[in-house]
Amino acid sequence: MSGILTSALAGVLEPVSLLLIVFGTSAGIVVGALPGLTATMAIALLVPFTFGMSPIHGLVLLGAIFSGAIYGGSFSAILINTPGTPSAIATTFDGYPMAQKGEAYRAIVTATLASVFGGLVGVGFLIFLSPPLARASLRFGPPEYFWLAMFGLTIIAAVSPRSTLKGLVGGGIGLLIATVGIAPIEGSVRYNFGTVSLQGGISLIPALIGFFCIPEVFRMVEESRQSGTVIPYKRQRRMVLRVFHALLRRPWLMIRSSLLGTLIGIIPGAGGNIAGLVSYNEAVRESKNKDRFGKGAMEGVAAAETANNASVAGALIPMLTLGVPGAPPAAVLFGALLLQGMRPGAELFTVHARITYAFLFSLILANVAMLPLGLLLGKAIARLMHKVRIQTMAPLIVFLSMIGSYSIYNNIADIYVMVATGLLAVMLRKAGFLPGPIVLGLILSPIAEQGLMQSILMGRARGSLFMVFFGRPISLILIALTLLSIVTPIIVQWRSRAETVHHGPVHHGPVPVVREGDAEGDDL
Amino acid sequence: MISETGRKRLPAIMIAIVLVVALSATAAAAGSGEQTEFPTRAISYVIPFDPGGQSDVTAQYQKPYLEEILGVNVVVRHQPGAGGALAWSNLVTARGDGYTIMGNNVPHIIIQPLVREDVGYRTEQLKPVYMFQTTPIGVAVAANSPFNTLEDLVDYGRRNPGRITVIGSGTHSGHHLALLQLQQLTGSQFTYIPATGAAPSVANFLGGHSEVLMANSDDLVAHQREMKILAMGTTERFHLLPDVPTFIEQGVQMTAGIDRGVAVPPNTPDEVVAKLEAAFHAVSSDPDFRADMDALGFVTHTMGAAEFAAYLEQKQQEIEAALRELGEL
Repeated sequence: MSGILTSALAGVLEPVSLLLIVFGTSAGIVVGALPGLTATMAIALLVPFTFGMSPIHGLVLLGAIFSGAIYGGSFSAILINTPGTPSAIATTFDGYPMAQKGEAYRAIVTATLASVFGGLVGVGFLIFLSPPLARASLRFGPPEYFWLAMFGLTIIAAVSPRSTLKGLVGGGIGLLIATVGIAPIEGSVRYNFGTVSLQGGISLIPALIGFFCIPEVFRMVEESRQSGTVIPYKRQRRMVLRVFHALLRRPWLMIRSSLLGTLIGIIPGAGGNIAGLVSYNEAVRESKNKDRFGKGAMEGVAAAETANNASVAGALIPMLTLGVPGAPPAAVLFGALLLQGMRPGAELFTVHARITYAFLFSLILANVAMLPLGLLLGKAIARLMHKVRIQTMAPLIVFLSMIGSYSIYNNIADIYVMVATGLLAVMLRKAGFLPGPIVLGLILSPIAEQGLMQSILMGRARGSLFMVFFGRPISLILIALTLLSIVTPIIVQWRSRAETVHHGPVHHGPVPVVREGDAEGDDL
Repeated sequence: MISETGRKRLPAIMIAIVLVVALSATAAAAGSGEQTEFPTRAISYVIPFDPGGQSDVTAQYQKPYLEEILGVNVVVRHQPGAGGALAWSNLVTARGDGYTIMGNNVPHIIIQPLVREDVGYRTEQLKPVYMFQTTPIGVAVAANSPFNTLEDLVDYGRRNPGRITVIGSGTHSGHHLALLQLQQLTGSQFTYIPATGAAPSVANFLGGHSEVLMANSDDLVAHQREMKILAMGTTERFHLLPDVPTFIEQGVQMTAGIDRGVAVPPNTPDEVVAKLEAAFHAVSSDPDFRADMDALGFVTHTMGAAEFAAYLEQKQQEIEAALRELGEL
């Protein structure tokens, strides 16, 4: 065994492999940063090129792209309020407000350090605990998916800082939009109004771009008279060290986020997007100062980015050990393994152990490589964004949004979807509805519907709906979490009201904005 | 460090880089050439499903062979949605010049226009080029299941209608149709639970959430140690699972499988189809390619355009009759 490990390590440390890791990670970051170009697509585009490579080289490259792309999605989330990949949705909530305060680079550094940490923890689990975790992931059946989606919907409270009611309405809009297209169970087509191109439903990526990107462009243009550039940028010294110290002081946040990310990544069907959102929700719930979230709290960025990068390795766990891919990018990697003549499952760790371990080691290196590459690119992009004027930036973003929407499936209808959701989002924004809850509903709707319908079918067959929904241990845990997530904010509110009565008004004014220089202050 | 002019140029350069990266992703199949001798430029090979599935894996295996034979790049792309119908509805209006070819899956392309309105294509509009493989469908139960034969399972399904849950991929899909046929031929009844794909249905079954799995041969081969496979939808025993009897051997007169081939837009000229057909035939005749396909659990075919068209017509009648009998139409 140790012979295999040494030989695997040697395979990774040879110059070509190292070069591929650096190339793959950088390419992944760039692709991830461009809205519409997702990790799945980056891997799918490169699979044919890896066909001719040795298995180690091919897998090393794909693993590096996967890690880089999930991290790269944070760049556009922070800089233009548009998640570059669905995994970065939760990063927008505090990342963009940070950028608006002139802290773009600080947000990017936070995202970078958090991603590296989360990625490494995830790979640790992948290397040491794959088989038992993969087995456990199979315990997730239809009722568990249903309750997971219900728990996910409670996140709406955390991502609608101004009005929970509007958040709920937004979530409802998202749930409804997701019902367009073929019904997952009985197979009939809903709400396509006779158009052929809507039979597949509203694609997530174009909708994501529409909901986040387009209102932002409108806002930029409206405010262009005042600022002239997209985001302010302040020079800050020793930022990396400061952020590093600040994160070190919140070990529980980092550990919790990376554990959540890994675990959610393992569940087949739930990926980095849900991991980031759940982790963000927990960060808000645990925080004593909830008001700061959504206004540029570093903690929010750290929670989201730690979790989504931890989910990369998590998604690989059931794919490598059982041959059941946990997320769309993992499914593409699954295909790539088959092309190399390796069948995912037990034989990866026996027959092909050398290649498999080389791949796992390369993921560690890819995460390490993210640190210098991300910091360099991040600094350059943050400065660039500061220089480009809105007259250039706004049309450029719209153009890239079109390209991104089209390129995902080479389908012209996706551009129409992007424009339509974009205009809808602009109107909703004016009325006070934020994109976060809407997109949350959009993502969770299919999971909830399938889970519900499949559970009902199961319940009918077994003669007890009650036992199917309420008689399973993991379901009960998820129900408890859901209730806790609903009840906590109510209790907090009730308590603060009680305090107001007893001790006079508590601090309700705007939270003091943290200026540069007090990065080590209590703002994390 | 950076000069004043350099500083101004930097944003422009970075924007240029961003644009090039973004455009190169979409420009893979752009550009046009005169039709002197087909093919003169890259061919788009569109898979109507997500990457990583059986159609995608087969296409990726074919790609290098096709590129060598045709002398141009073959770009495998994916256009999933509505169980493949989205892509097929696009193929009908695509330019019939041979530069767009698409995966053609049976029974999908036959069932969808029968059971759904607004599907956007008719089966006969997808011009068949070549059929290269089939994954036979099989029925499996958990390794610790009380059922040891198809007879055990069917008997239970007769005496306790709807008590047993069966997971498979999709509604009105190959798996669904196979189960409906099994029920009808044996007078049994099960509760069918559709999953959104083969991978999620295997995960559901391995987790013990359903008692029975309908699956394609390659998935059954991959997970055979964790299950008892009771029957395969082939006429003769399946080469990788020689101990598993067929449905027919066990007195149930049915076969079941998913066939995969390629089609082109309806107005594609016959000489272009002939070129593509010859290329696919050369790939499917290659012993290395066949060995790779066999090992994955696929049954390879060398079925040309005319034969494929006749096969589709026969399947069309069979499936339409079956669905009518089952009351699904």
